[in-house]
Amino acid sequence: MRDMFRSLVFVLLLQSGLAHAGLTIEITQGVEGAVPIAIVPFGWSGAGAAPENLAAIISSDLSRSGRFDPLPDRDLVAHPTDAAMVKFQNWRMLSVDNLVIGQVSQTSAGQYSVRFELFDVYRGKQIIGYSFPAGSQDLRRVAHHISDLIYEKLTGEKGAFNTQIAYVTTTGSGKGKTYTLLVADSDGYSPQTILRSNQPLMSPAWSADGRQIAYVTFENKAAEIYLQDVASGSRRKVASFPGVNGAPSWSPDGRRLALTLSQDGNPEIYIMEVASRALKRLTTNPAIDTEPAWAPDGKSLVFTSDRGGSPQLYRIASWGGQPQRLTFEGKYNAGADISPDGSKIAMVHGNNGSYRIAVLDLKSGVTRVLTDGRLDESPSFSPNGSMIIYATDAGNRGVMAAVSVDGRFRQRLSIQAGDVREPVWSPFGK
Amino acid sequence: MRYSMHSLIGLLLVAVLAGCSSKGGTTDGEMAAVDDRGMGAGEGAYATGAAGAGTFQGMSIDDPNSPLSRRVIYFEYDSSDILAEDQDLLVSHAAYLAANPGQGVSLEGHADERGSREYNIGLGDRRVQAVRRVLELQGVSAQQITTVSYGEEKPAVEGHSDTAWRMNRRVEIVYTGY
Repeated sequence: MRDMFRSLVFVLLLQSGLAHAGLTIEITQGVEGAVPIAIVPFGWSGAGAAPENLAAIISSDLSRSGRFDPLPDRDLVAHPTDAAMVKFQNWRMLSVDNLVIGQVSQTSAGQYSVRFELFDVYRGKQIIGYSFPAGSQDLRRVAHHISDLIYEKLTGEKGAFNTQIAYVTTTGSGKGKTYTLLVADSDGYSPQTILRSNQPLMSPAWSADGRQIAYVTFENKAAEIYLQDVASGSRRKVASFPGVNGAPSWSPDGRRLALTLSQDGNPEIYIMEVASRALKRLTTNPAIDTEPAWAPDGKSLVFTSDRGGSPQLYRIASWGGQPQRLTFEGKYNAGADISPDGSKIAMVHGNNGSYRIAVLDLKSGVTRVLTDGRLDESPSFSPNGSMIIYATDAGNRGVMAAVSVDGRFRQRLSIQAGDVREPVWSPFGK
Repeated sequence: MRYSMHSLIGLLLVAVLAGCSSKGGTTDGEMAAVDDRGMGAGEGAYATGAAGAGTFQGMSIDDPNSPLSRRVIYFEYDSSDILAEDQDLLVSHAAYLAANPGQGVSLEGHADERGSREYNIGLGDRRVQAVRRVLELQGVSAQQITTVSYGEEKPAVEGHSDTAWRMNRRVEIVYTGY
């Protein structure tokens, strides 16, 4: 994939710094309104029907971010597929700032060329344009990559559409229950099974380079932690102590794994050097200490503890010392994930019998509840920090949902049948 | 711990076991086996020297009328306190295990689905430890006991109701080999 993008053909890139800057300010100020954008269905030349609807994928990506409001297809006044066909005055009448057009051309059997252009409608100029070669398996990811390019150009923030999500599903019930660990695209499409078991699988955690996933498996009727290489599927057991072996979390440098062990009598946080598997105990408290999450600078971790009587979040230095309590609002705050810039903590916030996803802003100390479910859990930041993916209950079935960090935009992600839980967003650049 | 019954174990235990076996329409052989449990529990005073331990072992675990046939205890929300109604039951299991040091037991802790999953693993673990402490206080060897917490991952009852949650906050006592 990476190689494919490296080999991208640069078509045209006009300097449009002013338009870009203007747009950025508009979005920052106008958080109450998503920016309208027209995404025209891509042209198709080749045998048979078009293999994928790239415009629909891009439109869904941009809309899911909460920052853009793509025009519905019925409002598209024209269907240009190259720059010469674009009549900017038509689009100005629709009050859209930007226009995306493109073309998919078959170059040989199963091989395509995808070209797209992004226009500033008011200036009547192209902002960016690229063309990519792609196999049929790559088309969806090319669309996500195009979404990333558009998103970054228009918001000034890196896009996170061409990334992946790991999650666990269960199908069947009782003794016939099957637990599956999967990896899918960030929009929930193209799921690939990486592990299947008739015993629980839980707590998947991506390594910082996106190459490995740590998880907890009960396949041997006891909790064990494995590290699995995503591409090859090879794996190794790293923790199989008496009692709890849980909540693995990779350090940002990829050399250490924070985890929860109860080998000393109750759940405590430990740090393991992955290479030597040497352990260092971090917490010492008769309470439940679990769910460690590394700060992006690797200097501290946030974890859940009920040492104060109810589960709350605490921060501890990665070398140990005295933990400091971070959450005070509500009787239940657990399952922390720290934003990539370290400024926010997403968590499960229990209040009045409902469990919802909330974000604590560490600078202001303000907690904002972002979701309105009854059993929401497992929040995970996108690698650009703009979205949070989480698990929610939809009519007695667990599904994945995404919410923008400002809470303004929420959407459920398409997924196959089964009960979905514990989505975790991959880092960039896998 | 909320209870302090270990002092009255001996008598209580025999009373409980005898009571259960007698109302259960069991055969004489089973009666003898149940009586033998008192002996096996190390309370020499109650020994009758009847059937062998092997017979007893098979009978009591499989006997639906024995208190040992109940192998699940339940907990309040976010709590690992053992309820008063379950104390006798745990004492019965402890007595059986103490009398049969070769018998292993796995304590499986569970939580209801609310809240975060790894915290629920912690809760299940705490419930299991509470049960383990009772068993060990009653003379069960630490070597006989293994523990595992499944948190909310293996609900006994599917669903999102108070009823389902109540049934899922539990510790299951699983005899090795059964």
